[in-house]
Amino acid sequence: MSLLALQRDMRAWLAREDQSAAARLGADAAPGLRVHQNNYRSQLVACLAGSFACTREWIGGDAFERVAAEHIDRVPPSSWTLDAYVRDFPATLAALYPADPEVAELGWIECALGEAFVGPDATPLAADVLSDVDWDSTVLGFTPTLDLAELTTNAPAIWSALAQEEVPPAAEMLEETGAILVWRRDQASHFRAIDPVERQALLWARAGMPFAQLCEAMVDAWGEQEGIARAGSLLGQWIADGLIVAVSGVQSRR
Amino acid sequence: MIPSFAGFGLGLRKPHYADFLSTRVSVDFVEVISENFMVDGGRPRQILCDVRARYPVALHGVSMSLGSADGLDGAYLARLRALVDEIEPLFVSDHLSWSRIEGFNSHDLLPLPYTREALDCVATNVARAQDVLGREMLVENPSTYIDFAQADMTEWQFLDALSARTGCGLLLDVNNVFVSAANHGFDAFEYLDGVPADRVRQIHLAGHSQGAELLIDTHDQPVPPSVWDLYAHVLPRLGAVATMIERDDAIPPLVDLLAELAVARGIAAQTVRAAA
Repeated sequence: MSLLALQRDMRAWLAREDQSAAARLGADAAPGLRVHQNNYRSQLVACLAGSFACTREWIGGDAFERVAAEHIDRVPPSSWTLDAYVRDFPATLAALYPADPEVAELGWIECALGEAFVGPDATPLAADVLSDVDWDSTVLGFTPTLDLAELTTNAPAIWSALAQEEVPPAAEMLEETGAILVWRRDQASHFRAIDPVERQALLWARAGMPFAQLCEAMVDAWGEQEGIARAGSLLGQWIADGLIVAVSGVQSRR
Repeated sequence: MIPSFAGFGLGLRKPHYADFLSTRVSVDFVEVISENFMVDGGRPRQILCDVRARYPVALHGVSMSLGSADGLDGAYLARLRALVDEIEPLFVSDHLSWSRIEGFNSHDLLPLPYTREALDCVATNVARAQDVLGREMLVENPSTYIDFAQADMTEWQFLDALSARTGCGLLLDVNNVFVSAANHGFDAFEYLDGVPADRVRQIHLAGHSQGAELLIDTHDQPVPPSVWDLYAHVLPRLGAVATMIERDDAIPPLVDLLAELAVARGIAAQTVRAAA
């Protein structure tokens, strides 16, 4: 048997418990194959349990074990890093808990917090630096760890309670679909639930829309008074959160 | 040839980060799992830089997959090279095993048949890794649970040939020798006598556990007397090497690991006295 054929058989045994592949590796290999099958699955379950501790707490340990087992069957690992293996787990949660959307949203929060924790370093711009910016031509640069997702439930409140080992609230649907943003400032990951107005503004700004144009778009969408007021308030919030790490098209005021 | 480094170290694990950063721990080096720090940024990378400012660091990998028949992952190598450039490690090591094939990654150290074909494959991969990393690496003997009947040579003969062909050094895991010997019925002392001593630059010591059918390399126990005996046996052949204790589960207080490391220092001192 060639090395490639042997490795394909080992893969078939680990990923699918393919008995014919195991048989081709020899009867004497059976005890060792069982060790590696156990190593393979237990390592992935431990990875998921460690990365989704609050989700596990929410659905219960036994249910989590079943979901993890199904995920391992559905999505064999492909990357050299286990950090990548957790990325597809929220999709599995969504597929297995269609009537409980807070479960997948909890999973997304935990996944995003973990990704932000080891994401690229970036230093937030200080407010006094931004005071010299010509906002008519400025494009905002956001921290590379910023991630954004739609939010339909009170998953952030559930996660916060579970993380602090408090009794979580019952799951509730939001009155209107909002969003959640996750990012890292210094060495700590943060998240904040946001409303549809801020979500849309962030999407525009992250797509490279100059801030002045973003203000105009906000006015078009929500009227002159509210649009301008919200744009200014959001900018202040983003600066305070440490989300803005660069500005381009800057012309210093004279 | 990788320069020798005589010293005693520990694997750096999360429960001991604060100890290593707030005090001067009496080790000559620390070893870290490379992949834990092959990230873009954040706290893990900062901790490693802070540790590196205080101690020599060895980078020990688990995901290079030196035995993959379809070659190495270029993106992995590029990330490891960036870490090597930043940390300037004492050693860069990985295992004589494979984890990945055709887009599937098992995250386990899977065994190789010790055939001439596998030797060609591993030698090609080690040569490529050393080329990308810009330095020679150490290759570690694994604990194995399958003994492929089609083997053309023993594991130590395989390592000897690999080292001769690629110039790589060896990381001799004495516990792995014990585990594999128990599982496959070969003589651990014969293995140690057959390893190319001039290529060994580092030694791993660890504990193991009895599984349902086989001995398992668990790293969750103190180094047992059987492994200390093998260490004492092989040390006189090796000359200056770096010795470290691996503990990855049921991690005890640092003081307990330092006490184990003192046993290693004592055995090494006896070896020096006996040779004088």
